[in-house]
Amino acid sequence: MGRKVGVEVSIAAADAVGLCDVDVVAAYPITPQTHVVEHLSELCASGELDAEFVPVESEHSAMSVCCGSSAAGARTFTSTSAQGLALMAEIVFIASSMRFPIVMLLANRALSAPLSIWNDHSDTMMVRDSGWIQIFCENGQEVYDAIFHSFRVAEDPRVSLPVMINVDGFNLTHVIEPIEFWSKEMVGKYLPPFKPLYTLHPSKVVSMGAFGMPEIYTEARKAQDEALWKSYPVIKQGWDELAELTGRKYSPVECYKTEGADTIILAMGSICETASLAVDKMREDGKKVGLVKLRLWRPLPVDDIKKALRGAKDVLVLDRAVSFGAANAPVTSEIRSIMYHEPDRPNVHNIIAGLGGRDVTPDHVIKMVESALVDTNYGYNIFGVRS
Amino acid sequence: MAETEKKKVIKPIKNFSLEEYISSGHRACQGCAEVLAVRHVLKAIGPDMILAMATGCMEIISSPYPLTSWNVPWIHVAFENAAAVASGVESGLKALRRKGRVPDKDITIVAMGGDGGTTDIGFQALSGMMERGHKVIYVCVDNEAYMNTGIQRSSSTPFGATTTTSPAGKNAPAGQMTWKKDMVAIAAAHGIPYTATACPSFFTDLQKKVQKAKEIQGPSYIHILSVCPTGWRIQPNKAIEYGQLAVDSGVFPLYEVEQGIWKLNRKPKELKPVSEYFKGQGRYRHLDESLTTEIQEKINSRWKKLLDQCGEKTEK
Ligand SMILES: Cc1ncc(C[n+]2csc(CCOP(=O)(O)OP(=O)(O)O)c2C)c(N)n1
Ligand code: SF4
Repeated sequence: MGRKVGVEVSIAAADAVGLCDVDVVAAYPITPQTHVVEHLSELCASGELDAEFVPVESEHSAMSVCCGSSAAGARTFTSTSAQGLALMAEIVFIASSMRFPIVMLLANRALSAPLSIWNDHSDTMMVRDSGWIQIFCENGQEVYDAIFHSFRVAEDPRVSLPVMINVDGFNLTHVIEPIEFWSKEMVGKYLPPFKPLYTLHPSKVVSMGAFGMPEIYTEARKAQDEALWKSYPVIKQGWDELAELTGRKYSPVECYKTEGADTIILAMGSICETASLAVDKMREDGKKVGLVKLRLWRPLPVDDIKKALRGAKDVLVLDRAVSFGAANAPVTSEIRSIMYHEPDRPNVHNIIAGLGGRDVTPDHVIKMVESALVDTNYGYNIFGVRS
Repeated sequence: MAETEKKKVIKPIKNFSLEEYISSGHRACQGCAEVLAVRHVLKAIGPDMILAMATGCMEIISSPYPLTSWNVPWIHVAFENAAAVASGVESGLKALRRKGRVPDKDITIVAMGGDGGTTDIGFQALSGMMERGHKVIYVCVDNEAYMNTGIQRSSSTPFGATTTTSPAGKNAPAGQMTWKKDMVAIAAAHGIPYTATACPSFFTDLQKKVQKAKEIQGPSYIHILSVCPTGWRIQPNKAIEYGQLAVDSGVFPLYEVEQGIWKLNRKPKELKPVSEYFKGQGRYRHLDESLTTEIQEKINSRWKKLLDQCGEKTEK
């Protein structure tokens, strides 16, 4: 068993990356992910981590460096946030299409303008369709564990895809939490060395990144889509074995007090802790309310979601991003389309909350549930807008 | 020992590889000197290399999936990031070699881009790569426009050339109304150990420079004028000739900057008039005498400055 320490989540995440013996870290600062790359630079400078630390001149180059080093067969990590992700977006899409198992910690932050350094999910939703595995974390321990899990899944030859770990900016990155650290032996047991299928090396000549004529592009896209779906059992297996090792059980969808619930709140990330407090309170008041935490956002665990929401009359999806001019916010879109063909489908309500760092309390969540239940419009509402 | 080394440099043709690392059957236009430049670069380096390439003509003509023209490990990621991808390859290999996970073999990392992918959109990534000191040879194959997307101007298009986005007209009599960006000086100003110009019309010089860059510790930059018959509106059999004319008219002088020392590699007794170089090139067809004179004056003054930088005597 590892030791438990009170430590800032960013620092713990960087320590986990160090324990994974990464070979290359590409780094460009942006709040609120800065502490992650700062601590990695310290680990490299002190010799605790034997990796090439590449202090690039932009996020676009950060992801490009990651593609190059991953293609060379090196275990590769980077971290960014909001505007940084926007700048690297072009290469984010290419990284998954070229099947590079890069791991990136995304400290979720609102997009400009107005400039905001605070948390919501608009950055990650921008690259929702980029073909990366995307997971969300609720607390520091989850972030820490996710690093080992992500490398293992990404580099699994059955997967070979990049993984994005979503960590709520400030709400998680900057808080000090008790975290149970892994020992080297645990990592050795859990994470095998990276053995890429193809690498750039003169001993075996390959061409990577060819261009695709119309005769081939559709097939390439189909193959990529299948690859992402096929990662699902590997992701689950990774979590199951992590449970054996640590006693902490993760799954793509997690239910909290959903037995017999008429109303279910569905959310992602650190807001789930807030929502669970609200659920506790409402249950005390005799209301049949439960919470579904969605941990795996891509590939979307469609069947798990159906199962988790079965029996509910009303579902309230808490989104943390706006999809301007759309029928509903991104997560709700998925939930509504998943549930549409279900027998006894629930009413799916959509509230967008916590944009750009706006605080959400358990009482707010209770209010949201109350207002959602009387709403029959089935569009979306943004919570707490002052007029 | 020193003697043989010297010989090697003076007569590099003896060391020329008979191997081809970019195969025939690629889809470049007839008479393309850009692909010729690429061929010579690869020959000069040999098989133990990895090439990161930017989007552009050379990528498109060589890699329609599932075909490939590359007999060396090759990667293309995007238009503006060849230098950053090469930085990643170099860093990855460095770590893996140190940890004993790949054979400890000397592998030359090369990044390559067109003038657009180098002097415009890829400028930042290139600057970052040079500043960080990655051991990468960066090769710019300069055909003086964005050819892959249909002959649009770049910051490397010379003053006076027409392209599809710098057409000549009443308000723009010269076509391109700005002067070619001096990318070589900018690269040299990064303080990297080796910078050079080259042209496949002088292929022994080109190969020699690439071989030099290969031996140097740290980043190097080679800027190759690559005549494009399609974009320059010339006959496909004229690429070599126009390359020679560009060099001998002082439009594109051959020189190198090694550890801060500038050196001229070819000094024509007398520069050929630029009008001779312009003749027959469709992209310069609209130029009148006064514009030609303006360009000639600029060439003369630049040539003088270059002779000065290279410590060559200038005739009064
Ligand atoms: C971000 C981005 N913008 C634009 C393009 C379109 N594009 C592809 S190649 C190219 C021009 C290439 O020109 P150059 O680098 O000079 O190489 P050449 O084709 O002339 O050899 C452009 C504009 C692109 N691929 N990516
Ligand atoms: S357009 Fe020019 S550079 Fe491109 S392949 Fe044709 S001749 Fe070569």
